[in-house]
Amino acid sequence: MATFDFLEIRHLHIDYDNLDQELLNEVIREEPSFQWCISCGCCTATCSAGNHTTFNIRRISLILRRGEVEGLEEELKKCMLCGKCTLVCPRDIQLRNVVMNIKKIILKKKTA
Amino acid sequence: MIRDPNFQYPFLIGTIFLFAYLTIRVILWYIKLSKYDKLRFIHFWKTKSVWAAIRDSVADGLLHLSIFKKNPLLGYMHMSLAFGWFLLIVMGHLEVIADRHSLNFPFYYAVFYRYYQPHPDFAGAKVFGAVMDFLLLIILSGVALAIIKRIRKQIFGMKRTTRLKTFDKIALSSLWLIFPLRLLAESLSAAYYHNGSFMSNTLGEWFIQNVRVSAIYDLSWWLYSCSLGFFFIALPFSRYMHIPTEIVFIFLRHAGIMPKKYWNSYAQIQMYSCSRCGICLDACQLYEAGVSNVQSVYFLQFIRNNENVDKSLFGCIICGRCQEACPVHINLNDLRTALRIKASKPLTFSYEYTQKALQQKAGIIYFAGCMTHLTPQIKFSMRRIFDFLGEDVWFMDEDKSICCGAPLMLAGQYDSASQLIQKNTELIMASGAKTLILSCPICYKAFREDYVLPGISIKFHAVYLNEMIRQGRLPKINLGFKTIYHDPCALGRGSKIYDQPRYVIDSYSQRIRLKKEKAEALCCGAGLGAINLPIEAKNKVTFEAMSYFARFKPNALITACPLCKKTFARDRRIPVLDIAELTARAIDEYVNEQKKTVRETRLIES
Repeated sequence: MATFDFLEIRHLHIDYDNLDQELLNEVIREEPSFQWCISCGCCTATCSAGNHTTFNIRRISLILRRGEVEGLEEELKKCMLCGKCTLVCPRDIQLRNVVMNIKKIILKKKTA
Repeated sequence: MIRDPNFQYPFLIGTIFLFAYLTIRVILWYIKLSKYDKLRFIHFWKTKSVWAAIRDSVADGLLHLSIFKKNPLLGYMHMSLAFGWFLLIVMGHLEVIADRHSLNFPFYYAVFYRYYQPHPDFAGAKVFGAVMDFLLLIILSGVALAIIKRIRKQIFGMKRTTRLKTFDKIALSSLWLIFPLRLLAESLSAAYYHNGSFMSNTLGEWFIQNVRVSAIYDLSWWLYSCSLGFFFIALPFSRYMHIPTEIVFIFLRHAGIMPKKYWNSYAQIQMYSCSRCGICLDACQLYEAGVSNVQSVYFLQFIRNNENVDKSLFGCIICGRCQEACPVHINLNDLRTALRIKASKPLTFSYEYTQKALQQKAGIIYFAGCMTHLTPQIKFSMRRIFDFLGEDVWFMDEDKSICCGAPLMLAGQYDSASQLIQKNTELIMASGAKTLILSCPICYKAFREDYVLPGISIKFHAVYLNEMIRQGRLPKINLGFKTIYHDPCALGRGSKIYDQPRYVIDSYSQRIRLKKEKAEALCCGAGLGAINLPIEAKNKVTFEAMSYFARFKPNALITACPLCKKTFARDRRIPVLDIAELTARAIDEYVNEQKKTVRETRLIES
């Protein structure tokens, strides 16, 4: 097989054999509605924090699914928990609870 | 004649234990109060509020008047047990004093008087006997009602009763047994000595004909004493702890001690004051929606038993309907918030990025809040109103909105909420404004309770509109539709603003009066208090509330909360308008009419 250059850039790969979905599964266990997400981006469009900065709740949902846990905590600090995302979500996902749970689980892992 | 002087020991042990326990408890509670609360409490005894506290203790602790208002039969049940027993104790002691002409007798003597005094022959003995029998009869009717209530609660106007714990069951059964056993013991006494009255003598005669009285006479007094002893020992660990605690709570409340954001001994006293009567269960809309573990009675019970409270604590909308219904007047919303703050680990939030927001000088500030930005019609309407009034208003969060902090506070994140509060406070204070107008009741409640804004009057938009109409600066005009006003939880029960929005709506439309309004208003179901409540339950609450409104066939549902509007608008049965939108429509109508009259007068003139 020919060697492709893009395969050389390791940090851009999503390795589905070693996908760390522990956090995702735990969040889904606490808030099952999270699995209905279609990544439509309504939450991001309405976000109060997203209006001030690059905070992007859709992206958080995506990178969580990809198992990229690093940087998640820092990013989620910006959320004001106002709950607009929950109200606009066409799939009725309780995003406030999702954010709270991601933060709680990360904190639990850090202290454990 | 005293045949077995030992049977009083169970009662004695129970009473001494209870007295010792309560003394230590009350001292501990007092010590744990904050310094200022202690000062308030000491000062309180010099004020007239003491009388109010005594009046409330009698009205709520003994007579249970607030339960009477809910359902007379339920009120009678509670009153017969509490006030009846109280009178029985008082009269019992008076009877002994009348008999012996002295105060020098052991305190248990009055409790077992019929045993120790087989031949009461003092003046008025017959009257006392009749009164004691009558009081016992009243209490027994209360016990009978309590048993019936466990089986058929509907006749008491209740849909549900609470689930009981082991200690509650012990205490409940001993309480229910005390009075039949007293009747049994006194009747057997009456069988021997005929020292009773209409009830005990009649029963005694029946006993002497049908039962071998001598075999069970001592046993009956033993059982009576044991039931009292068991009840007193189980009391501190059961729901009956509310009996002594409620009195302490009433006095502290009248002393002006307020609930705090942190869990303190006042909160603990309130927790113990819950009698688990179950009246909050019927008030809770979530019960209808199939959620049966978040109700106040259960969450207080879980905390007392140190059980896992996460689901029941964070699954509540904090609409406050239970707080309004509570006959003990416990500050359930504040308790829940304080407990959420206590139960949550601080999750770090950081809002450094918000510093870029603009600062501006203004006389009046309008703060829309996140939810108003979600329902833009409200902010456009507000702008229309300000334009019409010719007010120079700084729209503080027009493009970069900072949350007021209430959602974080409700999620138990006190420190993070304080960050946002500080940001907003800085912006507002720098502007030099005198008035702050809000169109979201959640923000309004937060600004009023959690912010310190000296020299600034915080006004809800409905209150502001009401003022403007009364001053004649806004027109009164009938738009010709039938409306229903929905009290938002944070505005009505939360901030006690009921009449001003109604006045505004009455100025523009024909308002239908509802049964469930003001303090009993329904919740829309989307309140920010609910953190881990399943969406199905929320939607069910919304649907039920909307179904209630739809029965009155209004042309529009008027609310004063963007969150309620957003939630109700999903159900398309009734168009939903905010009070600002209604006002803006009225202004448009008024302006159009003015133009028309101007045009007509010109036509006539030409």
